[in-house]
Amino acid sequence: MAQPLVKKDDDRDDEVDYSPFMGIEKGAVLQEARVFNDPQLDPRRCSQVITKLLYLLNQGETFTKVEATEVFFAVTKLFQSKDIGLRRMVYVMIKELSPSADEVVIIVTSSLMKDMTSKTDMYRANAIRVLCRITDGTLLTQIERYLKQAIVDKNPVVASAALVSGIHLLQTNPEIVKRWSNEVQEAVQSRAALVQFHALGLLHQESHIPFSESFGIRQNDRLAVNKLVSSLTKGSVRSPLAQCLLIRYTSQVIRESANTQAGDRPFYDFLEGCLRHKAEMVIFEAARAITELNGVTSRELTPAITVLQLFLSSSKPVLRFAAVRTLNKVAMTHPMAVTNCNIDMESLISDQNRSIATLAITTLLKTGNESSVDRLMKQITNFMSDIADEFKIVVVEAIRSLCLKFPLKYRSLMNFLSNILREEGGFEYKKAIVDSIVILIRDIPEAKESGLLHLCEFIEDCEFTYLSSQILHFLGIEGPKTSDPSKYIRYIYNRVHLENATVRAAAVSTLAKFGAMVDTLKPRIFVLLRRCLFDNDDEVRDRATLYLNTLGGDGAVVQTGEDVKEFLFGSLDIPLVNLENSLKNYEPSEESFDINYVPKEIKTQPLAEKKAPGKKPTGFGAPPAASPSTVDAYERLLSSIPEFANFGKLFKSSAPVELTEAETEYAVNVVKHIFDGHVVFQYNCTNTIPEQLLENVTVVVDASEAEEFAEVVSKPLRSLPYDSPGQTFVAFEKPEGIPAVGKFSNMLRFIVKEVDPSTGEAEDYGVEDEYQLEELEVVAADYMLKVGVSNFRNAWESMGADCERVDEYGLGPRESLAEAVNAVIDLLGMQPCEASVVPNNSRSHTCLLSGVYIGNAKVLVRLQFGLDGPKDVAMKLAVRSEDEAVSDAIHEIVASG
Amino acid sequence: MELCPLIKNILLLDSEGNRVAVKYYSDDWPTNSAKEAFEKTVFTKTQKTSARNEAEITMFDNYVVVYKFVQDLHFFVTGGENENEIILASVLQGFFDAVGLILRGTVDKREVLENLDLIFLCLDEIVDGGIVLETDANVIAGKVASHSMDDGASLSEQTITQALATARERLTRSLLA
Repeated sequence: MAQPLVKKDDDRDDEVDYSPFMGIEKGAVLQEARVFNDPQLDPRRCSQVITKLLYLLNQGETFTKVEATEVFFAVTKLFQSKDIGLRRMVYVMIKELSPSADEVVIIVTSSLMKDMTSKTDMYRANAIRVLCRITDGTLLTQIERYLKQAIVDKNPVVASAALVSGIHLLQTNPEIVKRWSNEVQEAVQSRAALVQFHALGLLHQESHIPFSESFGIRQNDRLAVNKLVSSLTKGSVRSPLAQCLLIRYTSQVIRESANTQAGDRPFYDFLEGCLRHKAEMVIFEAARAITELNGVTSRELTPAITVLQLFLSSSKPVLRFAAVRTLNKVAMTHPMAVTNCNIDMESLISDQNRSIATLAITTLLKTGNESSVDRLMKQITNFMSDIADEFKIVVVEAIRSLCLKFPLKYRSLMNFLSNILREEGGFEYKKAIVDSIVILIRDIPEAKESGLLHLCEFIEDCEFTYLSSQILHFLGIEGPKTSDPSKYIRYIYNRVHLENATVRAAAVSTLAKFGAMVDTLKPRIFVLLRRCLFDNDDEVRDRATLYLNTLGGDGAVVQTGEDVKEFLFGSLDIPLVNLENSLKNYEPSEESFDINYVPKEIKTQPLAEKKAPGKKPTGFGAPPAASPSTVDAYERLLSSIPEFANFGKLFKSSAPVELTEAETEYAVNVVKHIFDGHVVFQYNCTNTIPEQLLENVTVVVDASEAEEFAEVVSKPLRSLPYDSPGQTFVAFEKPEGIPAVGKFSNMLRFIVKEVDPSTGEAEDYGVEDEYQLEELEVVAADYMLKVGVSNFRNAWESMGADCERVDEYGLGPRESLAEAVNAVIDLLGMQPCEASVVPNNSRSHTCLLSGVYIGNAKVLVRLQFGLDGPKDVAMKLAVRSEDEAVSDAIHEIVASG
Repeated sequence: MELCPLIKNILLLDSEGNRVAVKYYSDDWPTNSAKEAFEKTVFTKTQKTSARNEAEITMFDNYVVVYKFVQDLHFFVTGGENENEIILASVLQGFFDAVGLILRGTVDKREVLENLDLIFLCLDEIVDGGIVLETDANVIAGKVASHSMDDGASLSEQTITQALATARERLTRSLLA
């Protein structure tokens, strides 16, 4: 069928690594490509050269621009040949070179357009694919007529070529492709399976674009799908691929019309019907779609689980994998629904394919009950030794959650973890095990002592500095609280002898913590710390000196002062990034560095921006959105204004709030700067009219609805030229330390001068004018800093219940639990800690928040949400702080919000 | 586009993990070194498995990879983590069987390299820019085969059909063996 590219040697069989491309070299092949220019073309030889060129490109060889252009021009000459095989290679070659320059494209366009109207089907199909790949908008309008014809061409290959090209073109030229919908509709009814699939792919996207662009016409979308589905479900879909696409399309509509009441799910019957399709890919697609339905009921799940269960015992690994992966996901939300498959699942533990075995194990761990734990662990132990680290990590994580689910089984699970900790493994794997043991120690009090000893044994022979220092730190916190802290000292002190400087320094800190917490150990710790004074590393010596001094008492058995404990154990409530920035900015001077001036606000700005790209300040030339360094920038800006110099330390700056509609004459937003006894409004103004110059710009603020505020300074903006943002400030005095709230109405006042656009010069005479802005509010959340804590549980316990305030609230009907949780977080303006994402389908959720309230008062909040009836959300709010008044204030915020 | 089943790449490597013929349809691997790194990972992760009877499957770095080996050749098809595994497998099977038909049952690295032009055409007929064009091996091989004919060629319709029939027969035999 095919010809060898080079002459074969008769004895080639003796060569082990024979390749027709052996010793191939780019320069030589480019030379060979000159045969394309021969007046008498040799198709076979030309084909061989193209294959060599393609081989080079395929191997990652690159052509310079000159080389590529030269090859391209030469290849275009080959259109003269009538040889079909050669033409086919020419098409592939052009796509591979994918020329971009217009003048280059024009060279082939006419040849391709000729092929596009050729009588040979293969020419038409391929010319369409190539042309659409290299074309631009203008050329597309020229060939549109042919493309529309091709869509309904009686040759399925031609029709598919045009439809698939349409799907690609939709990304770049949607308005043109959308005009083809009549032809596409016709192609959907094609008798050729693949044509139907490609037409459906194009139709679906075509019809979907306008709907996703304009909100609210979902109803139409549903009707359109309804029509499509009902027209296609009557047995006219021939291709399994098309059927899969239809299922995806349907699921999307179900997702988007999620508001209809349960029991009346549209198209569920269609999905269920697809479970009886003859093609496996369709059955699976439908089963997966059902399991992913929002708020799926067990009744809806059952038929899908049944077909997936059949797949579990298939002889094809791909089917087993697909089924077990899907069931694994279902087990996260509906463990009960999957238990029927447990027997099939258990036999998969010994599957040759380790991905399948791992998925089976973790599914079983999720669905298993307390009595099956021991048996499962035995099976897993045999299995662990022959899987890769990444699978082991998955298993470890599954075991961790199992242990939290069945705390009584901690002994066998902890044993398992300590056994695998002793075996070989990479860093990520070991880290996963250590993390799991740490979590179990934290959450299961009975597991603490044995867990700590396992960790101690591990660091005796641990090659990872990071893990050793983490464990030492953890030992320092948990060790002193155990019944016999002295037994850990040996393990810790051994590190000082045997490890690198980082671990040694961590060990010194841990020793000091034992000394501080266990008074009887103090004399011994002193002896050990003194020995560390002779370490050859600065950090280790410095730490030893520091701790010897802070612990005090010269090594006698005395009580450790509270401030020392705070120093040793207190969490650093400043984000490290902020501390790093402040230290970088600090210039050595008389004044020593003060940690109290490091901003505590967590900078979440960049993330928020990414999530809401539409929220960018509108109106062109608007001030750039707040960048990560906003806090510093604001601080610098405000401290440069003498009027505000005596306001003290800036507590918080809000995100900019828009005071004008988008695309108005003047764009204004405001940033609220909160000080202890003052509030400063920074109005960022932009003039969007080229023919105007604004001068003496001020904002007149009416604070009659903000009784506790009194205006003290207004700082006008001298001039506001076109498209060059400027700021004006208004400062208010407010009662010191009090979170006063209020509403402020704003009026922009200025002198407007006409500008001659040609010269850019303004007239001398101006007119006074006003422009109404929207109201702004100072709310309680403005007095709250988002400050996270590293370990909420510890912080909560050490805060104590002395000033705790607990109350319950009904939040009324809400769209979802997640929506209610977010609303409360926004209202309080606090930092969510640990896992605060609300799982789908859940009926209750606990959310942990932390923050600093004005007056530097640490506040911790524990929110428990529950669904009360179908939509009503109830909330229990527990607040802890160091001051009852602060705890009450938080409740007031919620009560009045 | 995001709802259409998408193929990220099709790879044909040899038994040492070297590239024989590959085609990438996704921007996930913008440079040749990124592609090579991916091929190396795929190869090492699947090397020790036996994928000579049924197609095998694995998942890593948010990709699902289905694969099948024959002689000194390793066939791979990659999709995104949410892609329907069975669709990927049908593309793999289409490619695998089409190569078998084209090479008339003798599928090994040397044979592939000697007919590399046909392998490139074959890849071109299976997927276009990530979208599945055809998964039926007979149709794919038929399209590739028809191209090696000259215009107004001496080969009649009859011979081509015969050639394909022999090839199919050989393939079935090798599959049953």
